[in-house]
Amino acid sequence: MNMTVYVPMDSGAASLGAHELAQAIASEAARRGIALELKRNGSRGMYWLEPMIEVETPAGRVAYGPVRREDVPGLFDAGFLNGGCHALALGPTESIDYLKRQSRLTLQRVGVVDALSITDYLAQGGFAGLRRAVRMSPAEIVAEVTESGLRGRGGAAFPTGIKWNTVLNTTADQKYIACNADEGDSGTFSDRMLMEGDPFCLIEGMTIAGLAVGATRGFIYLRSEYPDAHRVLLAAIETARETGYLGADILGAGKAFDIEVRLGAGAYICGEETAMLESLEGKRGIVRAKPPLPAIEGLFGKPTVINNVISLASVPIILAMGAAYYRDYGVGRSRGTLPFQLAGNLKRPGLVELAFGTTLRELLYDFGGGSASGRPIRAVQVGGPLGAYVPESQFDVALDYEAYAAMGAMIGHGGLVAFDDTVDMAHMARYAMEFCAEESCGKCTPCRIGSTRGVEVIDRLMAGEARGKQLALLNSLCDTMERGSMCAMGGMTPYPVRSALKHFPEDFGIDATQAA
Amino acid sequence: MAALDNREFIQTAIDGHRHLDGALLPALHAIQDGLGWVPPEATPMLAEALNLSRAEVHGVISFYHHFRTTPPGRHVVQVCRAEACQAMGASALEAHAKRSLGADFGQTTADAAITLEPVYCLGNCACSPAVRIGDRIVGRVDATRFDALMAELREEATA
Repeated sequence: MNMTVYVPMDSGAASLGAHELAQAIASEAARRGIALELKRNGSRGMYWLEPMIEVETPAGRVAYGPVRREDVPGLFDAGFLNGGCHALALGPTESIDYLKRQSRLTLQRVGVVDALSITDYLAQGGFAGLRRAVRMSPAEIVAEVTESGLRGRGGAAFPTGIKWNTVLNTTADQKYIACNADEGDSGTFSDRMLMEGDPFCLIEGMTIAGLAVGATRGFIYLRSEYPDAHRVLLAAIETARETGYLGADILGAGKAFDIEVRLGAGAYICGEETAMLESLEGKRGIVRAKPPLPAIEGLFGKPTVINNVISLASVPIILAMGAAYYRDYGVGRSRGTLPFQLAGNLKRPGLVELAFGTTLRELLYDFGGGSASGRPIRAVQVGGPLGAYVPESQFDVALDYEAYAAMGAMIGHGGLVAFDDTVDMAHMARYAMEFCAEESCGKCTPCRIGSTRGVEVIDRLMAGEARGKQLALLNSLCDTMERGSMCAMGGMTPYPVRSALKHFPEDFGIDATQAA
Repeated sequence: MAALDNREFIQTAIDGHRHLDGALLPALHAIQDGLGWVPPEATPMLAEALNLSRAEVHGVISFYHHFRTTPPGRHVVQVCRAEACQAMGASALEAHAKRSLGADFGQTTADAAITLEPVYCLGNCACSPAVRIGDRIVGRVDATRFDALMAELREEATA
């Protein structure tokens, strides 16, 4: 029997040398006359251990990491192919504390399977949800998703089942599923990991969505910053077509669904759903006024389900295991799990999938191990560049949509970016405005002009020019952007700015009473 | 001569994509993937083929950061400016990159080897700071690593 070694092809692992490592392992095995099967999996999400390799042993998979090319001969000498002792040995993969303590539902197969092997996918329970869905009526599928409590994992957190129901009940000659894979928020990479590590899961989720609402065509709008995800998706879609999971006759049930991948072109605003639709139609990514809702008049004027990658990838397990199984994770109206992404200044950055209700402190310290620099963590930006900066005093608030909204923050896509105490929060507030000015689509004035004026006001504030006046101006500008912008870009840019002012006034040269 | 070749290439790229719904972006990607940029002659050709005004086509090209209307150097190097990278020293890396290459964002080095661009998130936030060289993502890049990578690129060019 061939020995099996897993080396991730995830672009994060590759960015630390995984491809070169795979080559080194293959040539060392050849040199020693050992027959070896190299499988390219996704990442388990423990990036401080990447490149992390795994070996199949009779007792299960064991891990070694982080492995550099020059470690390879030593690993062979130590008998790593049989799980031998070595300084880089991490023991059985599933027993690594960071992984063991998670609830992996949506990303259960990422890092486990060879991403492009449909055999691996099937062996790990893949397409069980679709098999069940083809025997159900559209309304039954929608009801299952509604009962699961799944809300959009892209940011706005709208209930997925309700959105699907609107599309189902709208009559049209053509309907679409549009997967928003324009994950542009800094600190988020769960879409990328899912697409690179388990592309069939997204394909299955989209197909189920198609069956649920009567859509025969799906688009994945993928950001151009993800070249590896692009290659993997194209290959997986081709395989799914060849094996009858996509195309004119899904699983022989007489229902059609197919998927096209479209690349974005470096515009953050295209992560906003209506800007994404414009971009898919080949236009500038300019936000549309709502109503009409995209569920009624969406892509090319037809009813369209728009969900992000993680929402759609959560659907297969809901259909496979039933709504209650999924709903039983979480708290309040935040049901199921969210892949939290730990990034920035942390000792153990990575992806942690957990039920809602965990806290920042648990994620930052128990999982993240505190800061990479060894200095105190001062601020954490939660939910991307439009998310609030959370200070240590709020690290114990439960991560659930409502609890976060109540403190003027949002969970968004689940990205956490940690900063140590060397961060200049006035600089970060200025950056938020600068980013908005750079990325605004330009359609509405509060966002387009407000962000440019915001940079200027913060500059004057920092220069110490009539501080009280500048502060009043900045607050009023933030009000205008929040209330007057057409979409979340202008509407939420004040979140990082105001939270920085509120919690870290000293960085702006003001005291707390002035900031409020 | 080169312009004529460009025209032929652009026409082929357009013909390969005009059947798609919303064909403009896929056609522009094909043009830039092949030529490294979107030359000015592409605008009237796209407008004609897709039944759009030149202003509409120009509006799309200029809206998206990805599309370039000047030819790049032999390699395009993007440095991530987003928050997760900033938390790990991206601002210092950005300053170093500009200084050592003698090029600002959007500019190409004097030897035409490297075009420097900003990027907002490569999804490599857990291995920050990150850069992208062509289609290759590199993680945990500091000034020393950056210089070594640039030297590699220049060696490739002269080899």
